[in-house]
Amino acid sequence: MAVKINNNGQKIWKRRDRRAQLQNWALWLIGTAIFMFCWYQISKATNWYFVWDAGRIASDIGSRAMPPKWSYINELWKPLWDTINIATLGTLLALIVAIPIGFLAARNTTPSKLFVRPIALIIIVSSRSINSLIWALLLVAILGPGIFAGLLAIAIRSIGFCAKLLYEAIEEIDRTQVEAISATGASNMQIMIYGILPQVMPTLAGLSVFRWDINIRESTVLGLVGAGGIGLQLQGSLNTLAWPQVSLIILVILFAVLISEWVSAKVRGAII
Amino acid sequence: MSNAETANYNGRKWRKPPFIKNPYKRWSLIIISVVYVVAAFATMEVDWQRAYEGLERGANFILSFARPDFVTRFTEISEGIIESLVMALAATVVGVAISIPIALGAARNISFLPIYLICRMIIAISRALNEVIVAILMVAIFGFGPLAGFITLSFSTIGFIGKLLAEEIEKSNKVQAEAIRSTGSSWMQMINYGYQPQFMPRLIGLSMYRLDSNFRHSSVLGLVGAGGVGATLNTAFSRYEFDTAAAIILIIIVLVVLLEYLSSLIRAWVQ
Repeated sequence: MAVKINNNGQKIWKRRDRRAQLQNWALWLIGTAIFMFCWYQISKATNWYFVWDAGRIASDIGSRAMPPKWSYINELWKPLWDTINIATLGTLLALIVAIPIGFLAARNTTPSKLFVRPIALIIIVSSRSINSLIWALLLVAILGPGIFAGLLAIAIRSIGFCAKLLYEAIEEIDRTQVEAISATGASNMQIMIYGILPQVMPTLAGLSVFRWDINIRESTVLGLVGAGGIGLQLQGSLNTLAWPQVSLIILVILFAVLISEWVSAKVRGAII
Repeated sequence: MSNAETANYNGRKWRKPPFIKNPYKRWSLIIISVVYVVAAFATMEVDWQRAYEGLERGANFILSFARPDFVTRFTEISEGIIESLVMALAATVVGVAISIPIALGAARNISFLPIYLICRMIIAISRALNEVIVAILMVAIFGFGPLAGFITLSFSTIGFIGKLLAEEIEKSNKVQAEAIRSTGSSWMQMINYGYQPQFMPRLIGLSMYRLDSNFRHSSVLGLVGAGGVGATLNTAFSRYEFDTAAAIILIIIVLVVLLEYLSSLIRAWVQ
């Protein structure tokens, strides 16, 4: 904040003094320049002829997609069931792997800060950085198309997420409870089960439901790369330009997502 | 005193209290989950023969991480990565710019009911639609290329930032805004001087977080033709060029870690 005196000798309040103002302008200038460069790159790679036509195409697709082909819903129950299975079993599998990794990565429970912790952290980072669709692409190339590839892709992507949140929770636990258990002469395993696990259990339950909700969303599109679920039908309908089916599938996906969000909010509310 | 003696002493043995206290609830949950898992596995069609044959290719792929090939497809990889970064950055800027008015509209304490409902609806739609599905529609409408990806990412940024920023504005302190209002300021000035300083740190933090998650998402949009490194990756996989794919994956991991580090620095600096 600064006060400036104008020609008439009156004091004028300013939000920033000259130096801060100049810095502010410089930051805006750099930011705008970077953004303009990005926009130039995007614009260069775009076929503007199509873009000017976009309004017509959008209304064309919209009119083809409406109304949705309701009778197609009978062919969607099985893929929907598959999608839910991919998300649920994938989350379960991820938890089975993520819990030990979380304990190995937490500063206060890792057996070795020098060797084991970095390895656990690398596993967490690489699992988190790669989108589940890319994991699915990779697993489809290795295992062949199908639900199994999708399930593994979801599991691999979730390991990092769950393990990260779990190890952060483990690092924040109350030391005194652990000390109380170890004072009774408990073994390391018993300390873990009676001293640490009860403290992180609410976090663990909350994050698994949260991840399950995310996984439902992600598993709806895995089919696009051949990894099973309702995305397979979406891909098929898109390829044959069957827009009424596409709109129905998108509606079903939206519905599934809303339900899963509702379930996850309810369960988390019950836990916390 | 041994365990058995304690048990005799108290008449019953100590047990760990269960996580779910109500026994009926607990057992029915356990039974339902077991039945569900069995049913899920029973209806899952897995081609074990095919999976077994693929193991060799899987081993090849894992080995190729030891010798990633950055060179053969260098131009494709670097163009793809730059395109992904450009898309993520531009989409974050535009997405954040659009989501600020929407967040203001979606904050119950400063908005009118009709505007509140409209803004909440925009946020809900944007959050419910998966990026890839939006990208497919955008590619169909705007044609192949990074513009479709840019629009997709901007759209999903609106839902994310809009929701969290609106919650932050709803939590903010009313007294400051009233003080500004009492000086006879306009509505715009009240927002600028009363609310903006309160939500600015959170907004910067969220935008940085979104930048790095937009980059992560931008790497898959190429699979459906919406620009970015995903297209290169897809080609590499379909040609079974696992060493090139490994190189791309490694680059993505390194960039994500760098961006995450950068965003945590900036967030620590503003907060």
